Amino acid sequence: MLNAYHARVTSQPQSSPGGATPRSDIRTPRGTPLRSVHERLGATMTDFAGWLMPLRYGSETAEHRAVRSAAGLFDLSHMGEITVTGPGAGAALDYALTGWLSRLSVGQARYTMLCAPDGGILDDLVVYRQAADRFLVVANASNTSVVLAELGERCATVASAAEGAATVTDQTDRTALIAIQGPNASRVLADHTAAALGSVRYYTGVHADVAGSPAWIARTGYTGEDGFEIFCAPEDADHVWKALMPAGGPVDASTAGPAGQAVVPAGLAARDTLRLEAGMPLYGNELGPDVTPFEAGLGKVVRLDKPGDFVGRTALAKLAADAASGNGPGRTLVGLVARSRRVPRHGYPVMSGDTEVGTVTSGAPSPTLGTPIAMAFVAGSAVTGESTGPFGVDIRGRIETADVVPLPFYRKE
Amino acid sequence: MSVPAELHYTEEHEWVSVSGEVATIGITDYAASALGDVVYVNLPAVDAAVTAGEPCGEVESTKSVSDLFSPVDGEVTEVNEELDDDPGLVNAEPYGAGWMFRVRIPAGPGGETALPPGLLSATEYEELTKSAG
Repeated sequence: MLNAYHARVTSQPQSSPGGATPRSDIRTPRGTPLRSVHERLGATMTDFAGWLMPLRYGSETAEHRAVRSAAGLFDLSHMGEITVTGPGAGAALDYALTGWLSRLSVGQARYTMLCAPDGGILDDLVVYRQAADRFLVVANASNTSVVLAELGERCATVASAAEGAATVTDQTDRTALIAIQGPNASRVLADHTAAALGSVRYYTGVHADVAGSPAWIARTGYTGEDGFEIFCAPEDADHVWKALMPAGGPVDASTAGPAGQAVVPAGLAARDTLRLEAGMPLYGNELGPDVTPFEAGLGKVVRLDKPGDFVGRTALAKLAADAASGNGPGRTLVGLVARSRRVPRHGYPVMSGDTEVGTVTSGAPSPTLGTPIAMAFVAGSAVTGESTGPFGVDIRGRIETADVVPLPFYRKE
Repeated sequence: MSVPAELHYTEEHEWVSVSGEVATIGITDYAASALGDVVYVNLPAVDAAVTAGEPCGEVESTKSVSDLFSPVDGEVTEVNEELDDDPGLVNAEPYGAGWMFRVRIPAGPGGETALPPGLLSATEYEELTKSAG
């Protein structure tokens, strides 16, 4: 039975959009600095974008629920970290990315995008201003080499014309990333850092020690819960992880909660269902070089009001003008809740009557809603405001009904 | 990974237990572990005819959906309705409370149980899962 349909273990694109060779095809997956920790915890490991990553430690559903009710600890050391430094760093990023990064105060973070000249999305990024002349750019693992190459080229282009130099450096091998996410995150982390976490607001970060090791602590995440992302040196990762989650052996995530464990390890499977419930896009599913920020419902990341040129401005400005004159993007990202228990999954056709009107980008059984949920691109002509849907989803030859709901599916209280 | 010695197995990771003319069918511990949390099992209807090697249902987990194949020819006599409320039984007790459906298999000419050829012994199945890594 396992051979019947490809188990879409990681939602990773099978071939890298944009023509670059996926890392997974050219090398054996590399372990993160926490590999031995995962193995000791009995994790099921999977190859994700060329990295050997924990998929789940036990039940991914229990891990998901633990993040919603207690806290989960994630190893995200596969993510790409790139610094852009120097007096021209802000101006260079303003030219390279869609956001207005030079306006960030030190300590602020921004969700932004790297777009191609035609407006297609090459990656979605979080950028932190760590100092006046230092920005940390966090890229998806599968796109790190593309982001590095594009930033290098774009920053060199603009540096000669702008207010000074900007140096682009890949820090991925020098950085481990541990996320602690969930309602207990702040309390658990507070026991191991002198940082005043109460003043670290959502989408800001500070330099501070965690369990005695220097780190960049940011209140960001990909779960829809409060939580922190901790960037530290690879050699400190083991120590930081064990300080935050002292249990050494396999843990039962279903025991997490007020009376049980404050924090449990959580794998990529839980991370994917958590971000889906939170309505957050995943590169390769909702985002790609053939998708513009406007189609993905993320037009707000395109700062056409910033001064100067930036890569993609002409194309994106035209799309924005078209939308303003009532000629919006040809397709829209919608949320679907299935009426059946069969799960709409990536690539399944979305139907309006007998007509195919779209495609599912991500779908999974939602542990919080107790029913399958999905995001899908649907033709603009099929989206008619409040009365949109329901749609059919062609689930391996049988049409199942799904209602259209506003995103996100889940919002923390 | 548990592989009870008394059961028969398929290359598609189903197990079969035969008692008289009735075969009970489920998926193996190996399959359940590989799938992760099972969230829904779509089973054949009672009285439906099933054919060995043909799909007769599907198993939905968080990350994937897989066809459920019947290992035998016959008529479905019973399905495990408990799985409707608690599909997690497939993960918790794949060889016990997580069983999926029962099929009446016609006896052979001499009254002997007529299992289709090609089913694997526990030892053979264990080899298969080892070589699959």
